[in-house]
Amino acid sequence: MTTISETIQPPRTSVGILGWLKENLFSTWYNTLLTFGSLGLIYMVLRGLLTWALTKARWDVVTTNLTLFLIGPFPRDQVWRVWACVFVVAMLGGLSWLAWGSWGRRREGMKRVRRWMVVAWLLSFPLTIVLLHGFDGSSILPLVGTNLWGGLLLTFLLAIVGIVASFPLGVLLALGRRSSLPVVRLFSTLYIELIRGVPLITVLFMAALMLPLFLPAGMRVDKVLRAMVGFTLFTAAYIAENVRGGLAAVPLGQYEAARAVGLSGWQVMGLIVLPQALRAVIPPIVGQFISLFKDTSLVVIMGLLDLLNIGRSVVAQPQFMGLKREVYLFVAVIYFIFSYGMSYASRRLEVALGVGER
Amino acid sequence: MVNERLETRDDIIICRDVHKWFGDFHVLRGVNLTVKRGEVVVICGPSGSGKSTFIRTINRLEEHQRGTIIVDGIELTNDIRNIAAVRSEIGMVFQSFNLFPHLRVIDNITLAPIWVRKWPKEKAEKIAMELLERVGIPEQAYKYPGQLSGGQQQRVAIARALAMQPKIMLFDEPTSALDPEMIKEVLDVMRELAHSGMTMIVITHEMGFAKEVAHRIFFFDEGVIVEGHAPEEFFKNPREERTKLFLSQILTH
Repeated sequence: MTTISETIQPPRTSVGILGWLKENLFSTWYNTLLTFGSLGLIYMVLRGLLTWALTKARWDVVTTNLTLFLIGPFPRDQVWRVWACVFVVAMLGGLSWLAWGSWGRRREGMKRVRRWMVVAWLLSFPLTIVLLHGFDGSSILPLVGTNLWGGLLLTFLLAIVGIVASFPLGVLLALGRRSSLPVVRLFSTLYIELIRGVPLITVLFMAALMLPLFLPAGMRVDKVLRAMVGFTLFTAAYIAENVRGGLAAVPLGQYEAARAVGLSGWQVMGLIVLPQALRAVIPPIVGQFISLFKDTSLVVIMGLLDLLNIGRSVVAQPQFMGLKREVYLFVAVIYFIFSYGMSYASRRLEVALGVGER
Repeated sequence: MVNERLETRDDIIICRDVHKWFGDFHVLRGVNLTVKRGEVVVICGPSGSGKSTFIRTINRLEEHQRGTIIVDGIELTNDIRNIAAVRSEIGMVFQSFNLFPHLRVIDNITLAPIWVRKWPKEKAEKIAMELLERVGIPEQAYKYPGQLSGGQQQRVAIARALAMQPKIMLFDEPTSALDPEMIKEVLDVMRELAHSGMTMIVITHEMGFAKEVAHRIFFFDEGVIVEGHAPEEFFKNPREERTKLFLSQILTH
């Protein structure tokens, strides 16, 4: 009689740290060469950078101008309004983390809470804008024109409005491009190809210089709003193409099964096709959002003072002459932190939503 | 020649001279078929013969371009309301299951009852659990389709179709994509369904199943029904050469 053969451990080629080193860094003579070459390169770069950063660099240019970097020329006596916005968003973020996290998922009642959270998030946009902008002649919330918005605050506002507005618009354009109605399809295709055919900076130039020509005389659109519209229109075209790729990846059988159980056309799209399509394109869409976040620095051509341009204006001041490296490094680190944060969040989201694919 | 008898009130599906073209290709060349309430009809035939296209015209996944299809008194035309009404009467099971991978098993089943029939969630879930019980996998309710075996997925697909409480079930080669050891578990469910009095049209090459369950078996080739009889007659005395050839191929291998 035969017995099932014993399960045996896989062969151990590597033991401990030394084994790992040997396996990964010194497995062949050219690998060894590469390892030493890389180590030398890393040493040279880090030595220069760290010596400069820790001894020569004058970081006081960043610390003295920190408020300027964060909010630009926003009136200092009204700073509490910015803090109020930060507080609201942080509260919402914390509550959402609870409601959508593993703690909230295990509780039935949290479903209604989650629905209210979505409403609260949507309401937080107009609230933030009103809070920052205020009203003409109001004593509690005096007007702070958008020309006084700046720094990281402006960068955030531009990016967040761009992201939130371009996503639904992009999805609609993607659906439009696949529509069976020729007019809708033609319009969507023309729009997408036109926008993708020009650089972002020209779209912003159009928004800055051309738009006033089309508007009736006397009607003025705020500069920041124009930039937001420009970013939204631009990003939407790219989102649309990403989403279209996701739609094409949903098998035909999904449409057929959904129609066969009696779902209407909109239900097929909203309940079956879009959820699968969007999940498949999270990485490229988040990539698009990261681009948008960094491209907000192009508002320099409209004379707006976002984070990068505040940096430029700081180093232009006589008392901070020759401190470009400190300022630009600081700005770069800020951009990196938030871009990497988005990238990390997208990977978490993918894992959280990927349950069904296993 | 196949449907010489007159149509009666008992007929739940009536197809008269159904034609369809894919571009220039004439797929269906005048199909006539009438199915009575509670009848189990098996269709077999070589691949590419149009049998799959034909049953998909019955719930309008494919449009027919000539002829008449009447399902439970409703004629299939371009009228969206008619199509919706007919689809909610017909359940369909596909060769490749086509479960919704982003929804749990139970949500796959309750989706249409909640959104189309407007049932409250509790009622839909209760019925979904009964159906999962009936197809023998209640313990899989809260998993995702990708975590199930092929046979289990196909049984969920049957439960999903039954959840709309259809009068007719269409099966498009339900066991062709399954490993041999899983075919039986799906056929068992279908057998039970047939005995419960469901009207069924089944495309399959499982001749054992056909012999046992079908009231009539039809041979489909080149876009038409070549012939159709009660099982015994069909296997013993096929009249057409094409049928004989086909049967000799699938029965002797």
